[in-house]
Amino acid sequence: MSAKSTSKLQKHTLAGWLMATPAVGLITLFLVVPFLLAFVLSFTNQRLVSPNPTQFVGLSNFEQLLGVGTLMLEPERDDAGAIVRDARGEPEYPRVRDYTRNNPDYLQLSGMRELAAMSWGENRLVFLARDVVFIKAVLNTLAFVAVVAPVQAGLALLLALLINQKLRGINVFRTIYFMPVVVSIVVVSLLWRFIYAGQSGLLNTLLGFLTLGNFQPVDWLGNPATALWSILAMSVWQGVGFHMVIWLSGLQTIPESLYEAADIEGATGWQKFRYVTWPGLRNTAVLILIVITMQAFSLFSQIDVMTKGGPVDSTQSIVFQAVQRGYVQQDIASGSAISVLLFLIVLTISLLQRWLTRERN
Amino acid sequence: MAGLALKNIHKSFGKVDVIKGVDLTVEHGEFVVFVGPSGCGKSTLLRMIAGLEDITDGELWIGDKLCNEVQPRDRRIAMVFQSYALYPHMTAYENVGFGLTLAKTPKAERDAKIREAARILQMEHLLDRKPAQLSGGQRQRVAIGRAIVRNPEVFLFDEPLSNLDAALRMDMRMELSKLHQDLGATMIYVTHDQVEAMTLADKIVVLNGGIVQQVGTPMELYHRPANLFVATFIGSPKMNLIEVEVKETASGMITVGSQTLDPVAIPAIGAVKPGDTLTLGLRSHHLTLGGEALTGTVALVERLGNETIVNLEVAGGNALIAALDGDTTIERGSSLSLGFAPQNAILFDASGRALDEAVI
Ligand SMILES: Nc1ncnc2c1ncn2[C@@H]1O[C@H](COP(=O)(O)OP(=O)(O)O)[C@@H](O)[C@H]1O
Ligand SMILES: [Mg+2]
Repeated sequence: MSAKSTSKLQKHTLAGWLMATPAVGLITLFLVVPFLLAFVLSFTNQRLVSPNPTQFVGLSNFEQLLGVGTLMLEPERDDAGAIVRDARGEPEYPRVRDYTRNNPDYLQLSGMRELAAMSWGENRLVFLARDVVFIKAVLNTLAFVAVVAPVQAGLALLLALLINQKLRGINVFRTIYFMPVVVSIVVVSLLWRFIYAGQSGLLNTLLGFLTLGNFQPVDWLGNPATALWSILAMSVWQGVGFHMVIWLSGLQTIPESLYEAADIEGATGWQKFRYVTWPGLRNTAVLILIVITMQAFSLFSQIDVMTKGGPVDSTQSIVFQAVQRGYVQQDIASGSAISVLLFLIVLTISLLQRWLTRERN
Repeated sequence: MAGLALKNIHKSFGKVDVIKGVDLTVEHGEFVVFVGPSGCGKSTLLRMIAGLEDITDGELWIGDKLCNEVQPRDRRIAMVFQSYALYPHMTAYENVGFGLTLAKTPKAERDAKIREAARILQMEHLLDRKPAQLSGGQRQRVAIGRAIVRNPEVFLFDEPLSNLDAALRMDMRMELSKLHQDLGATMIYVTHDQVEAMTLADKIVVLNGGIVQQVGTPMELYHRPANLFVATFIGSPKMNLIEVEVKETASGMITVGSQTLDPVAIPAIGAVKPGDTLTLGLRSHHLTLGGEALTGTVALVERLGNETIVNLEVAGGNALIAALDGDTTIERGSSLSLGFAPQNAILFDASGRALDEAVI
């Protein structure tokens, strides 16, 4: 392009704006506006359809979601001061709802429900939450992220190291490992329901076969103890190929001569990884950790297809709750508040990861 | 104390033969340079010595040990790469001491060795820097330091100076020479630059197409190239080649001439008879004013101060390059006659091999 036509275009800023309009318009409509709307609506009592006018309610949506408290219960004692025990010999405690319902001495706990409890000496420590389901969703999501991020990143790195070798037929393995990524997570979830099925599911059948019938079938998705971890295993399997490819691109930026120099210096395989490969993958590692964390926080499709948050809320997730509130329960304000909270959590964790993995001099 | 012996070394990548039978002995303490055009297999040969490439066939002896299957780290060699191969996240100090760190050498000993290498290379002030904060020449020093610390029997260099600018290259060349003298170790050095080869080597190995063309001291190669390839590859400007016809043979003398060249008797021995076609090789610096053997028109004059390079168009469309005294005054377009001493001329037969020199 000649200098003249460049300056002509630069003068006609209108032309530039016109060309950018479709993209800017779509991004504004589907990203910027919803993002800002979520912030605004989270401070109101907006419902999906409602005859009443929307009102500004301040932080009450957030207070409702995040309200937590603890309660120390002392065992009931009889007139002699001895602890009252039930049929099994366990101490008896006052009922939680005596404190959370209409109890003027415990107004701050009003409306809360029991989330979890543990013994504390002879006392009982009860954790309370105003919105038990949401807090469970947060805890589940955090557990999911905390396990998925290192496991998926580590597994992907291992696969990348394996397929980065110059072996015959290595492309077959690259393709195989990458295949699950290409399949939609919804389809994968549907298929894995068969694998995880309670009685004659593939996994149970396989385990039974390997243990010569000694394995007791588990209803992987129907058991609160296994449901979340089953979904996690499937998610790792589905996503690992994608991150493997990112690691692979990082590996291939490390010059071969660095490994050759290490060979001459007498480095073992592990030393080469530690002194050459891993330092060379620093930036890739930061990228992968952030991407996996964000993906894991947005856990939704698997839950929606496989368990709908059950059994007993053991697979509730933040995004699943946002969708439930916003659309199923038509409580747009609460859904927005959850989205805003998710945004803040992800932002904080990303900044934290960047800071922890920063270049130190 | 280790010399090296290569016995009929071959290397193929799949179906492509890259090294086609190399025999070579390197004495302990010798500075040997592999020189040849790009792609001739110099690096491949060096990397086989280092153990970075498998040897397809033949034997590699380092000292008195057959090393074909020996791991690189056990060959008592150190290598300096063209790209330096420094670890970007380590300081110069850590880079130089890398091998010692791997071997879990005690800290004090490691420190002493690193500082000694830094002293030899005069780079003590660079030790805290990372490679990105070093210039090309300084990185080169660090890479050499890493080699010195290994205290190897044999140093291997793969085009270590080709990423440096001309002035720095000259300095480093001298330093490498000095380093060789100080350490007294065997050094094998790969380059495509014949000037580097001439200035550094005790012994030059000229390679082309995976075959050794000639092995010899710089002066041997300059004065008695074994074939046309070596003749034109070594020396600058390139050796002049003139097609000539044998006029007459006598004991130890072959008289040749052509349209361009008045008949001249060259002291050489070979199975030639009158009427055969040979190639006459003449170094630019052996052409002198005042002779009558070659006459032509001056096409170009380059004044370099210490010498004047003249391009001469002679009859038959040939062009000659002569390096004359710096103070010669010659005009473009003028006619010029040049001569040469017959014993400085070399005759090549039709296959390109040099005829033997006859001692008069
Ligand atoms: N790993 C390899 N695979 C296939 N061909 C190679 C490989 N390495 C080198 N070659 C070929 O071998 C020849 C010699 O290469 P090299 O030794 O690097 O030449 P140079 O003399 O320039 O250092 C070249 O033609 C090159 O293409
Ligand atoms: Mg090379």
